[in-house]
Amino acid sequence: MRATIPAALGAALLPLAARAQEAAEAVPGAAMTFDERINAVFEPVATFISGIIFYTVPLGDVDFPLIVGWLIVAASIFTLYFGFIQFRAFKHAIELVRGDYSDPNDAGEVSHFQALATALSGTVGLGNIAGVAVAVSLGGPGATFWMILAGLLGMASKFTECTLGVKYRNEYADGTVSGGPMYYLSKGFEKRGMTGLGKFLAVFFAVCCIGGSLGGGNMFQANQAYQQMVNITGGTESWLADKGWLFGLVMALIVGVVIIGGIKSIASVTEKIVPFMAILYVTASIVIIVMNLNHLGEAVGAIIGGAFSPESIGGGIVGVIIQGFRRAAFSNEAGIGSASIAHSAVRTKEPATEGIVSLLEPFIDTVVICTMTALVIVFSGSYLQTELSGVEVTSAAFASAFSWFPYVLAVAVVLFAFSTQLSWSYYGLKSWTYLFGEGTAKELVFKVIFCLFVVIGCTMQLGSVVDFSDSMIFAMGIANVIGLYVLMPEVKREVNGYFARIRSGEIKKHR
Amino acid sequence: MENVLLVAYDDDEGSRRALDFAVSRAEASGASLRLLHVLHWSPYSFLTQEELAERHKRRNEEMARAKAAVVGPALERLKGSAVEVEGLIRYGNPAEVICAVARETGACQIFVGRVGGTTLSERLFGGVASTLVQAAPVPVTVVP
Repeated sequence: MRATIPAALGAALLPLAARAQEAAEAVPGAAMTFDERINAVFEPVATFISGIIFYTVPLGDVDFPLIVGWLIVAASIFTLYFGFIQFRAFKHAIELVRGDYSDPNDAGEVSHFQALATALSGTVGLGNIAGVAVAVSLGGPGATFWMILAGLLGMASKFTECTLGVKYRNEYADGTVSGGPMYYLSKGFEKRGMTGLGKFLAVFFAVCCIGGSLGGGNMFQANQAYQQMVNITGGTESWLADKGWLFGLVMALIVGVVIIGGIKSIASVTEKIVPFMAILYVTASIVIIVMNLNHLGEAVGAIIGGAFSPESIGGGIVGVIIQGFRRAAFSNEAGIGSASIAHSAVRTKEPATEGIVSLLEPFIDTVVICTMTALVIVFSGSYLQTELSGVEVTSAAFASAFSWFPYVLAVAVVLFAFSTQLSWSYYGLKSWTYLFGEGTAKELVFKVIFCLFVVIGCTMQLGSVVDFSDSMIFAMGIANVIGLYVLMPEVKREVNGYFARIRSGEIKKHR
Repeated sequence: MENVLLVAYDDDEGSRRALDFAVSRAEASGASLRLLHVLHWSPYSFLTQEELAERHKRRNEEMARAKAAVVGPALERLKGSAVEVEGLIRYGNPAEVICAVARETGACQIFVGRVGGTTLSERLFGGVASTLVQAAPVPVTVVP
């Protein structure tokens, strides 16, 4: 099996290279590198797709992408509809994760902690390191304020989708489970006599999820991992600087060995290292924040002032809001529906419990980790250096405190990227099998395509990668949020019933 | 109150000796036996997406294997004796689960084999037997 991977990849790459060749020839007199050729093919495609998804309306003197408003409005509606569930149930969420309510007879099943940790390792990653840098570079420190707000609101969206994920999951005879928006869209709508619409939305979601898994869940990750490696090996002088395809090929091979070759040990090891990298990253951020305690007032002032000041970079207050909301949504994926796939594996009789636990995800991801990154960036002022982009900004910010930190960050970025790729390859695969059915050959097709996009991601420019990634991931939110609106009364019944059973003592603490 | 003896059983040499010893005590005192096998498990470990999706299936498989390969043969071996035995399979941290089951079943004594543990971690942190000696709610007999 393993030996076939390079061959399969090589074969899959050939037509791509041929197309790149054509593209290169189309530009007269261009002596393009291999990277530039691939970029030339995919950039127009990425621009076209993101143009549709990020349809903007003029708002004052800036363009406001409707999709960002769509997610924020949804998060606000869920927040109000569920009576600020993110604050009401926060303490209970921690008790659930601690296992206070876990039935000892269910030991050995997936615990709330495990579902949360796995879902987090899919979301905590480059969005927290590079995404924040993008937001602060483009929107100024004030973007952080809107990110935090979006994170807090997003907790309600996440709660809604994860409750539904558990409620409508498929449990097969052999004991495996499949859950996620595809299932609650089709089954939940069917129950309401809207079979056709439900099916359509489920398919739409699955198609976008495949796109999202190739874009944000793959290309963006590969791209940023590569940028970071170039960065620490000498920037534009680096031997790797024009060899994105080579880095991509190596990364694709490693991803392929895990998802095609089925080498589970690599995935398990990654799954165990990533939480420690996250802790290391947060610790380093805290140390830098403590070192700059005397500037903390200034930084917080810049964040809050910048959030409302019309002079902030790029399009006034609306520009700042857009940057903050966009990066927050990309980082914590609330309303997108992806986490619902991971959370639905938990063993619980009460779907509401997993929804409540999932509240913590946007909180940890956006409110805690993103805010820390933003503070470190604001302290260092690295976002003002226009020659830096994405993860380079974060790297420079950490380097201003610890000169060696970019090396640690590079390792963290590669590992985060890798674990996010593995998570998203699973989300993508679940959508793929939802559309095309299960079967080794069908699954192999998707897995090979996934590996191919690792290479493409490394060769494209950051701008077009970000646009493509964002657009596919946000598109998932279109179908998902419609589903959440229709099904939210059911979530309300679930959660009200659950809290009533807690109050009446029917559900007891087990310790 | 019913006279219950709890045996922590792992299908290794030490736990077989512990079982034999507990059987002889039960025969002498007319007690009944609970044979407990613990599958190591932490709810705070990290799993991959696929492991999450397959966990319930794996758990069923692990339970079946433990029943067929560990608890079943032990019960089979005791068929001839007059002692009433019940087999139990649980998940968790072995020492914690043994203590919990001792409370739950009202056992008056725990029997556990002393494994000749020489690994570094066992020397540093002590094995299941030494943890039980320190934490068990009832007397513990460590069978060498």
